Amino acid sequence: MSAATVTTPGQGTQQAPGDRGKLTDEGRIGLRDNVRHIGALARRNALQIKQNPESMFDVVLMPVIFILLFVYVFGGAISGKGNQQEYVNYVVPGMMAMMGINIAMAVGTGVNEDFKKGVMDRFRTMPIARSSVLIAKIVVEIGRMLVATAILLGMGFLLGLEIKTSVVDLLAAVALATLFGASLMWIFILLGLSMNTPQAVQGVAMIVIMPLQFGSSIFAPTSTMPGWLQGFTAVNPLSNLADASRALINGTGAIAHPTLVTLAWAAGITLVTAPLAIRKFRSES
Amino acid sequence: MTRFDNDPAGGGTNAVAVRGLVKHFGETKALDGVDLDVREGTVLGVLGPNGAGKTTLVRCLSTLLTPDAGYATVAGFDVVRQPRALRRRIGLTGQYASVDERLSGWENLYMIGRLLDLSRSAARGRADAMLERFSLTEAARKPVSQYSGGMRRRLDLAASMIGQPAVLYLDEPTTGLDPRTRNEVWDEVRRMVAEGATVLLTTQYMEEAEQLANELTVIDRGKVIAGGKVAELKARVGGRTLKIRPTDPTVLGSMARALTEAGLDGATGSQAIPDDGLLYVPILSDEQLTAVVGLLGARGYGIADIGTELPSLDEVFLAITGQKTADATAHSELEEVAA
Repeated sequence: MSAATVTTPGQGTQQAPGDRGKLTDEGRIGLRDNVRHIGALARRNALQIKQNPESMFDVVLMPVIFILLFVYVFGGAISGKGNQQEYVNYVVPGMMAMMGINIAMAVGTGVNEDFKKGVMDRFRTMPIARSSVLIAKIVVEIGRMLVATAILLGMGFLLGLEIKTSVVDLLAAVALATLFGASLMWIFILLGLSMNTPQAVQGVAMIVIMPLQFGSSIFAPTSTMPGWLQGFTAVNPLSNLADASRALINGTGAIAHPTLVTLAWAAGITLVTAPLAIRKFRSES
Repeated sequence: MTRFDNDPAGGGTNAVAVRGLVKHFGETKALDGVDLDVREGTVLGVLGPNGAGKTTLVRCLSTLLTPDAGYATVAGFDVVRQPRALRRRIGLTGQYASVDERLSGWENLYMIGRLLDLSRSAARGRADAMLERFSLTEAARKPVSQYSGGMRRRLDLAASMIGQPAVLYLDEPTTGLDPRTRNEVWDEVRRMVAEGATVLLTTQYMEEAEQLANELTVIDRGKVIAGGKVAELKARVGGRTLKIRPTDPTVLGSMARALTEAGLDGATGSQAIPDDGLLYVPILSDEQLTAVVGLLGARGYGIADIGTELPSLDEVFLAITGQKTADATAHSELEEVAA
């Protein structure tokens, strides 16, 4: 094999099938090949994490710090009478929504750094679907999101979280949060491909994230908010996701409506931003 | 425009054929109607200064950029209309290493094998074989970020060869390397060529082109300004310069006269430069070189040092166009073009 590494003359001048007038390209890349390509690229992203374990800090520490912060600093005040216990069950489902958006933001900065590297040129000159590079990234980030959610729930149980429904409902809540988080990643990938520096990506992302996160039912019930803000939270997908998770885990409140709103947002965001991101990646040079 | 044309008498088919290729970036014409051919199994050197359009050309030929006009085929496939088929037949090594620094050398090659639809075991085998072939077996499991510049470039070449491409693009493969590492890379390229690879090599160095290429195309500001066999082009630009340092600097003048009398002066005449203590003799052929050294020895001149020098890119450009390169004349303009 070692010497047979170059093409033999003759292989190089193969004419395209058909005559010069109508050139036909090779067909689209088949599903099986596509899955293999995504697997190979996801392995790359996972190996990068192994090489640089600090990159998991956000996933490991963020849920721990945020849950402690919110339960002990605000929990007593929000639920009244210093009752943190009750607040744990309120805020943990909401924070599942928050994990998604924060990890999705990290995807944007990662893409911005990674996609300027020479190795992207190699991927673009290879016979693979260009979307597979982006999808592989999302696959690995979903994995990171699940780790963060597991840590969040683990902390939640330590602080007295109770699943008042069933494990199936809990898993449904995790699945919904993950699905929505994955759709958000497309937005941040698009942002990461469009901006010049990771700092710029982070700056823009914060402007978008802050109002969505805090103008929602994640941390506190919306009933005390002024009317205009309630109008905003009613359509805010993070509110709907938090409400749906809460209903699934605590067995209180409507499930169908917030779930459908969340799913609609996830579908809408993906349908709009995924093709844009793939096109941007394709034309990037 | 003088060009070696795609004369069928030259033998072989063209692995790369480019006709009238144009690429604009805003106001800048990075490629302004480029024509060139690379015959199968040969190395074409594309020589030009920074900002001449070399990298743009390679990017158009590897489907990273879409040309604005003209057409190009690589391995018989159209770069615009058959990009998928084309990508299966090319390998690219750029001036920036296109491997993942955070992965090990082996993981890089294995990944590329899998992306090229090799089975797991075939990809493993190919990765091992290529690491062996490019003398990287010992560093196989180390992250590429710990590799030296030369190792990285070798890994890059290995990565480009995994798919056994019909055509290999080397875009300034030794830019930024020290001379020893550069020689390592040259050795690898020579080996690949000996095994039958077709290569399009861009470079800023006449010496690199001379070392590796069969034919040369000189481009400047997006246009082909000269082309032909390396030897032909060298003859046109005056070939090498022989530098002789006599043991006794006072004989410089008489050495020069002896050469003139023997008719060994080359095209433009030898020059004695007492300040350097050197005699410069333009050399057109190996025979002339041998004759000059033989004559001086026979006449009893003591020689302390001797060496030949290739014409620099600037001298090549001066000879071809009567102008210096954009590099030498208009720095500010060049920066614009390069940007």
